[in-house]
Amino acid sequence: MTDWIDACATEDIEEEDLIRFDHGGRTYAIYRSPDDDYFCTDGLCTHEKVHLEDGLVMDYTIECPKHNGRFDYRTGEALRAPVCVNLGTYPVKVEGGRVFVQVA
Amino acid sequence: MPDFDYSLLGADGKHAVDRGLAAAEWYHSEIPRKDMKALMRRSDQPALRDTLILFGAMALCAGLGIALYPGWASVPFWLAYGVMYGSAMDSRWHECGHGTAFKTDRYNDIVYHIASFCIVRNPVTWRWSHARHHTDTIIVGRDPEIALMRPPDAVRVGLNFIGLTDAWAGWKRMILNASGKLDAQEATYIPQTEVSKVVRVARVWVAIYAATLAAAVMWQSWIPLLLIGLPRLFGAWHHVMTGLLQHGGLAENVVDHRLNCRTVYMNRISRFIYWNMNYHVEHHMFPMVPYHRLPELHALIKDDLPAPNRSIAEAYAEMLPVLWRQLRGEDFFLRRVLPDTAKPYKDDLHGAALPAE
Repeated sequence: MTDWIDACATEDIEEEDLIRFDHGGRTYAIYRSPDDDYFCTDGLCTHEKVHLEDGLVMDYTIECPKHNGRFDYRTGEALRAPVCVNLGTYPVKVEGGRVFVQVA
Repeated sequence: MPDFDYSLLGADGKHAVDRGLAAAEWYHSEIPRKDMKALMRRSDQPALRDTLILFGAMALCAGLGIALYPGWASVPFWLAYGVMYGSAMDSRWHECGHGTAFKTDRYNDIVYHIASFCIVRNPVTWRWSHARHHTDTIIVGRDPEIALMRPPDAVRVGLNFIGLTDAWAGWKRMILNASGKLDAQEATYIPQTEVSKVVRVARVWVAIYAATLAAAVMWQSWIPLLLIGLPRLFGAWHHVMTGLLQHGGLAENVVDHRLNCRTVYMNRISRFIYWNMNYHVEHHMFPMVPYHRLPELHALIKDDLPAPNRSIAEAYAEMLPVLWRQLRGEDFFLRRVLPDTAKPYKDDLHGAALPAE
């Protein structure tokens, strides 16, 4: 079982926004939804490997800053061309004001 | 002038990959995340307003054109309808293709499909083509949307002011796609999973054009063709006039949009037709910012950009002599000068790409 990694404080991420999280030589994106839920996906867009950290969070979608492809960051589902391949997603839990992620 | 191979299947494309110019890291002006989020925020209202005005004006002009047909008094209305069909639809295709015009994505898709039909660009194919244009902007052999190649093809560009180059190519491509095939170059950037969509759209379009032609023959009238198809030709001039300025005469094979894109201040009517794509450096640097926020983005980062051209006429006065020199075989282009307040980027790479003037 993969360990839970302490990624950031809950207040490090604005509502309906994301931050970049690097760990173990890989890069991820951690999201705070409009309902104050937290999610984690791979950090790079599956289309051209652009980092999603500068993208736009709208409700439950993340839009890539380069080509405007969109994903549902809860499931990683690719929603809008030019993205066709889903994002990887990872379990998240919040304890004591900290966001923990379970990344491979 | 050295020979440039603009084909996506040629030697220059391979050379660009070897030099690290493909899918490279491009320069971005620094903007605080809070400001950027505000600029990127989507809204339906501006694009709904503009779309209602555009489609309303098209209906009005078409109605008056039909009412006054075949008298000379109908001509101005057909010409105005043509610009809205053959030019304004170019920018609607562009903005809705990015998905930034409306907040509601269904509205983006509806307008995108209508505009794609008018401008004769397969909506599936061109989504991929334009993605490549943003990845590899004006990288020779990588960018499929370079309008002015070196040396410029004056006849081809001239004919495009009446739509003959692009629309003709679009109609030929439509027939090819409707037969179930892709062009060899478009096959390099369209995923296999999308091919059936390309073919399906092309077949629907063929059916629409066939119905339009049948109506024209049946009624022995040009009106069906003046409404569908022909305005792509006689109304193309505005989008070609503004579109050539986007990158014309500027550097190739650089990874800084400040050096290969042009921002031009324009009158309000042209900006409405063009949906603010005159802020072209800003658009390429931050394609997530909707067209109606580009003037604010420009104000925020203009100290980091080359000075914009003050008008369409001034931009042409700058560009045409460059094209003339290229036409005569000179290895020459316009080197954009960054202001003292701007941050330099990859001088080593650009020093090699941009010979000293």
